[in-house]
Amino acid sequence: MANLKDLSKQKALFTGGHRACAGCGAVIIARQVLMAAGPNTVVANATGCLEVVSTIFPYTAWNVPFVHSAFECAAASISGVEALYKSWVRQGKYNKKVNFIAFGGDGGTYDIGLQSLSGAMERGHNILYVCYNNEAYMNTGVQRSGATPKGADTTTAPVGKVKKGKEQFRKDLTEIMVAHKIPYAAQSVVGNWRDLTSKVEKALAMDGPKFINVFQPCRLGWSYDPEMTCEIGRLSVETCVWPLYEVVNGQYKVTKPKEKKPLVEWIKLQGRFRHLLKPENKQLLDELQTATDKNWEDLLRKESLTSPAAEPKPSQTLR
Amino acid sequence: MANSNIVARTGNEAMAEAMRQINPDVVAAYPITPATEVVQIFAGYVADGLVDTEFVPVESEHSAMSACIGSSSAGGRTMTGTSSQGLALMAEMLYIAAGLRLPIIMADVNRALSSPINIHCDHSDTMMVRDSGWIQIFSENCQEAYDNMLQAVRIAEKARLPVMVTTDGFIISHGMERLEILSDADAKSFVGAYKPENYLLNFEKLITVGALDLQDYYFEHRRQLAEAMKTSKQVILDVAKEFGTKFGRTYGLFEQYKMDGAEIAIVAMGSTAGTAKVVIDGLRSKGLKAGLIKPRVFRPFPKEELADSLKGLKAVAVMDRSDAMNAQEGPLAVEVKAALFDASASSGANKTVLDYIYGLGGREIKPEDIEHVYNDLSEAAKGKAKQKVTYLGVRE
Ligand SMILES: Cc1ncc(C[n+]2csc(CCOP(=O)(O)OP(=O)(O)O)c2C)c(N)n1
Repeated sequence: MANLKDLSKQKALFTGGHRACAGCGAVIIARQVLMAAGPNTVVANATGCLEVVSTIFPYTAWNVPFVHSAFECAAASISGVEALYKSWVRQGKYNKKVNFIAFGGDGGTYDIGLQSLSGAMERGHNILYVCYNNEAYMNTGVQRSGATPKGADTTTAPVGKVKKGKEQFRKDLTEIMVAHKIPYAAQSVVGNWRDLTSKVEKALAMDGPKFINVFQPCRLGWSYDPEMTCEIGRLSVETCVWPLYEVVNGQYKVTKPKEKKPLVEWIKLQGRFRHLLKPENKQLLDELQTATDKNWEDLLRKESLTSPAAEPKPSQTLR
Repeated sequence: MANSNIVARTGNEAMAEAMRQINPDVVAAYPITPATEVVQIFAGYVADGLVDTEFVPVESEHSAMSACIGSSSAGGRTMTGTSSQGLALMAEMLYIAAGLRLPIIMADVNRALSSPINIHCDHSDTMMVRDSGWIQIFSENCQEAYDNMLQAVRIAEKARLPVMVTTDGFIISHGMERLEILSDADAKSFVGAYKPENYLLNFEKLITVGALDLQDYYFEHRRQLAEAMKTSKQVILDVAKEFGTKFGRTYGLFEQYKMDGAEIAIVAMGSTAGTAKVVIDGLRSKGLKAGLIKPRVFRPFPKEELADSLKGLKAVAVMDRSDAMNAQEGPLAVEVKAALFDASASSGANKTVLDYIYGLGGREIKPEDIEHVYNDLSEAAKGKAKQKVTYLGVRE
């Protein structure tokens, strides 16, 4: 595993000069993923913040081959690139080792792009799909997505006189990916570079479809000061609202925080949850804490169920 | 003359056969009646190891075209096939393929659009995407479907535009006909090898494909696409000429059937043209001076050439196999009439109509631009006609 010093000495594959907001987590993800992947990488990107801030013609922030076609099809586009690679290798026209990585926001991944993502995973392309998950459609102005948590204030699920932000829990895309029985699925977070880069390295060393869901606080959509992005990322893990874990060939491995902090510590830093701190909304806040606890316990249970120690003993032969 | 083999094939089989001989690097496709067989037969070739193609059986037509875009921008010769609702689902990506100037080739089997749902032939699917920037080549029969597919590869790669070759659903796709198939060697040497200029898998020269264009560049890129469509006419003619010289079957932008001395004519595309020929033969033997114009290429539209061939006629009928739902007339009639109108204007019989294309991609339109239009109009009214189409406010 690379150390920070080595990584920082590398040629930047995702460069500065892009137009992202100050404190944007998406570009941190792009930069760190490419650091871990290295220069022999082709990137496909879904429409969204990351793409619009990094490829304003005639400029590009990508020092690797890059393709953007549309919103819902980063997984399908990278499938095509990888298919050509296979064809050329088989024909003896190409022999370089290449990584294929697709980036999509949560909207382009959980919602409109779910079909193409699922298709690509099922077909078994040798690709890594990285969802930078800021829990809403940021590029079009903070609309709710399938990744938006219950209670969050968004422009299409706003807090009003009778409604308290998004009414549904988010869908669990990482588990949907695990259900595809792909060799590698993981969750990571902005603010833990070592976790992210080592997961990318590990994923790329494996053959077949890989998925990493990277939690990404968005300073504009979540409403906090730009310097807090990484801090809020780390707090997401410490409160267990976004556990770090990986599933390697069906086996869960959870990175546990030293101490599990109450959810409210994370909530109170974000403008999108401002209303939850009012006494009349205490019940909703409690409900979110309960759900977070349950998800965390479920995850730990999955870890112990899939650990090699939990392998069922061979049943006794009946005589 | 080159070797060829006479066989009996349906249109779908003919197209699949052409695809086998083309041996593309990647085919990504999703099934839809009546086009399904094309990729189904081709999948058989892949399974038997007869081609080097990586076949990507995607989960939708949208993903089919997205994967084609990925493969083509990565540098591969890339093909697909679809019809009707499939083409409609691809629509978003068709525009992107053309805008990125990717030489993707598609077998498009014409079928009506829903609703009501219907699986049979009309041209509304192809017409729906007529402004997407794809070259559109119509085929009258199996032979043309096969010949057009082979030519499409060359046209796409030279013009740097995607090409769809259409057949009429069921009428051609499922109709068994006599087909002259080239030898594999002849087909292969005609198609040649593809050498992309800039491509993703070239790490010596990094490229960013599909960047964001704001008000400052979008218009120029769309203007370049429009120009590529115009210049593709000559590419299509050159490729057809070479094909004719090598294999003895000649093609153009459109076909003229019994137009010498014709007084009346119809304009029809696809299989209907074949039917019309039979009718014309009958009429001619009765002394009626009837002819046919069969547009082979609908995009780019062969405006001047077509108007010229219609000019001496007493009456023309356009056969439209789709309705534009525009409270006016079918799409082919609109195009033909526009062509005729311009032709008669240049001979002084009609008043001038000028067209200004402006404001693409948010480009600003200023009062002085509009003043400029008024000045042009005053000149035109005095008989000093300006160019017909002006791209207003674009840098050329
Ligand atoms: C078919 C289609 N529908 C809608 C859009 C508009 N659109 C562009 S980006 C975007 C939201 C992107 O959200 P997400 O994927 O979460 O990424 P983020 O902007 O947060 O980075 C939307 C709705 C589009 N480009 N294409």
